[in-house]
Amino acid sequence: MTQEIEPRVTMRGICKAFPGVKALEDVEFTLHPGEVHALLGENGAGKSTLVKVMTGVYQCDAGTVTLDGKEVHISSPAAAQDLGINTVYQEVNLVPTLSVAENLMIERQSSVFGFISWKKTRERARASLARLGLDIDVGRSLGSYSLAVQQLVAIARALDRETKVLVLDEPTASLDAHEVETLFGVLRDIKARGISIVFITHFIDQVYAISDRITVLRNGRFVGTGPVAEVPRMRLVTMMLGRQVEGHTGDRPSPDTIKMEGEALVSAKALGKSRYLKSVDFDLRAGEVVGLAGLLGSGRTETAKLIFGAERADLGEIRIDGQPVSLRTPKQAINLGFGFCPEDRKHDGLILDLTVRENIVLALQSKQGIFRRVGEAEQNRLADEMIKALGIATPDAEKRVGQLSGGNQQKVILARWLVAKPRLLILDEPTRGIDIGAHAEIVALIRKLCAEGLALLVASSELEEIVAFSHRVLVMRDREKVKEIVGQDITQAAIVEAIANS
Amino acid sequence: MTELKAKPEAKRSLPTIVWPLLALAVMLVIDGIINPSFFSIRLVEGRLYGSLIDILYRGTPIALIAMGMAIVIGSRGIDLSVGSVVAISGAVMAHYIHADWNPWLIVLVTLGMGAFCGLWNGALVSLLGIQPIIATLILMVAGRGFALMINGPGIPTFRSEFFESLSTGQFLTIPTRLYLVVLVFVILWALLRKTAFGLFVEAVGSNASASRLAGVGTRVITIAAYAIIGVCSATAGIIITGDVRASDAVTSGLYTELDAILAVVLGGASLNGGRIYLANTLVGVLIIQSLTTSILMSGLPPEYNLVVKAIVILVVLLVQAPKLRSSIAVLFGSRGGKVKS
Repeated sequence: MTQEIEPRVTMRGICKAFPGVKALEDVEFTLHPGEVHALLGENGAGKSTLVKVMTGVYQCDAGTVTLDGKEVHISSPAAAQDLGINTVYQEVNLVPTLSVAENLMIERQSSVFGFISWKKTRERARASLARLGLDIDVGRSLGSYSLAVQQLVAIARALDRETKVLVLDEPTASLDAHEVETLFGVLRDIKARGISIVFITHFIDQVYAISDRITVLRNGRFVGTGPVAEVPRMRLVTMMLGRQVEGHTGDRPSPDTIKMEGEALVSAKALGKSRYLKSVDFDLRAGEVVGLAGLLGSGRTETAKLIFGAERADLGEIRIDGQPVSLRTPKQAINLGFGFCPEDRKHDGLILDLTVRENIVLALQSKQGIFRRVGEAEQNRLADEMIKALGIATPDAEKRVGQLSGGNQQKVILARWLVAKPRLLILDEPTRGIDIGAHAEIVALIRKLCAEGLALLVASSELEEIVAFSHRVLVMRDREKVKEIVGQDITQAAIVEAIANS
Repeated sequence: MTELKAKPEAKRSLPTIVWPLLALAVMLVIDGIINPSFFSIRLVEGRLYGSLIDILYRGTPIALIAMGMAIVIGSRGIDLSVGSVVAISGAVMAHYIHADWNPWLIVLVTLGMGAFCGLWNGALVSLLGIQPIIATLILMVAGRGFALMINGPGIPTFRSEFFESLSTGQFLTIPTRLYLVVLVFVILWALLRKTAFGLFVEAVGSNASASRLAGVGTRVITIAAYAIIGVCSATAGIIITGDVRASDAVTSGLYTELDAILAVVLGGASLNGGRIYLANTLVGVLIIQSLTTSILMSGLPPEYNLVVKAIVILVVLLVQAPKLRSSIAVLFGSRGGKVKS
């Protein structure tokens, strides 16, 4: 029914590139008046970039943006606000130490003879919160309220301006179920006033609870859009995670390579951590790849971190070679022969100031301890060997690792663990943000390592990838394992079904 | 200013020590022009004398502290309490000299006190997660109070042949304290580069979270860095206190933290951590010390001392800044082009 109405915002052919990455490629997006439009996609899909183009934070390299039928050029966040496009970001960007009233009226205090009238300011702040059904003491500091209230204050502030479009970037990420309901009530109310809402989230249930239409992005490309009623869960998950479920014949590990006998290297039983991961159990043997599939926030990364001791599990148990152990630190895990390539390479993986050589020997060195230094010659030999074996594109081992491209940086972290000769390698999103060529190389490398008898636990949002190399797949949803798929049964369709069926 | 032209060309290939060395060389050349006898070294009563020796001699306490500071800054920390640790160790040393202890034992106890101060700082930083500048500020303020308490009323003076010869004596015509600097340098260099300590400190300083995930014991490394600078400061305390033969808790080692931090920065290190340049830091100390000496020699009124010092240091830092260097490279046309290729 919305089709007859002129769209509020139309974005066509949007392209945006950052050095080394194409964040958006020919993306389109149409927003109608008075609708809640869910914008979906995994990490790196381009949701945030698209929104930032719409709100003037970034300028698109190509493409057009029309607002109410007129083509507009949004040059800055201030320009976007003047046009009536307001944003509430994931991390509430208000000042927690100031009072609620000050936060709300920061740009428009009521003044008497040039002095701020706090009485009037507070009255106006109360009035604008009352419109959202929120009755709180506006004199108290914002930080003393729950995140849900802070979220609503941020929305109230956005609505105080002349607003046509309200962008909410993961507003529910840190809210509990009741708070989410309150927020949705407010959103329905705002919607009824004809304001268009862009709702970014990764909670599928919430999409169906509040949205009118859905647009899905994947790897910086437009995947599809449509009214929520015409996009069943299965299709939505497929759109987000895989290209085409039907007719996909990716090469798969042949059944005879699947080893289900022998003692498990790692065995997790109801492993979890309160408020972090509910429960996961699995066995992992040498020469086996176990894939961790699921949507963003489903518990993939959390599982990987618990197994590596980066986070301390407080539920269930983990056995290594049949012995129960309590993993407290990564160092302990490394001494047991574990390695971990984290999802966030720059923050958790690489030491950007150090050279390729130093990054490669770091884990081996910490395994050997501080006084048994890996000799100069040995360091050079290991680094050169790895540069050659993994095809790391660098002029020499003394280049600072920060100067390499994403794919090569990922290989450096892989090299770091390979020289430490692990028995179990945990990879979290090993192909995130790297180009197609390096992508294929890393998938091939995972297969090769597995054939050499390494155990691998790989978390990935790329279903094709998971299907291509896993002997078993653990499907995660809402921070727990919901299904385990083995051998021949591993197909994209089966994984999608397990994720979608709640 | 001819050296500015030469610099951009060599931007990548030259080792980092070139820049501080060049700054030092320029300073010494200017000194030589102001005072032609600047480079002369005489042998008087079995000991070398001269402006150059004087610079080395006076720079010793800062050199000892700055080497420790290079390590702490490499771990993305900073230690403001070094001056107070100098005072505390001086007080401990004077106390036990009065108690007539064996000098070697006194050295051991004094260095132990320095290590303890460092452990305290390190624990605040790594176990309690207090920002280094605040954590060490606590001891900086409180430390002199402790030193006064150890001293008791007045300034305890002492005579000790052992400590006087350690601080002001000579061995084979060269002042004893210079051997000490070399010894500490060699020990620290071996610790940094012949064990994995240096790699670990730099890894923690560059990215602590990634280092932890690579199995580096980030807490132990941080605490060790502060303990080392504690021992370095105590060594400087022994030299300073032995020199004046008194433990002056109020002025001993005052403002040394600033010179030490400056020396590290002049050596080309970033306060954001990640790299330790031990030798460069020593050159940085010499720059500061030769600057002080040349201002005194030039006959400028002493009140200009700090102003001139500030200006020269600003220039040296600007010349070292990569941003300025690359814009100089652009200025010099074709030469600049070479650098970019």
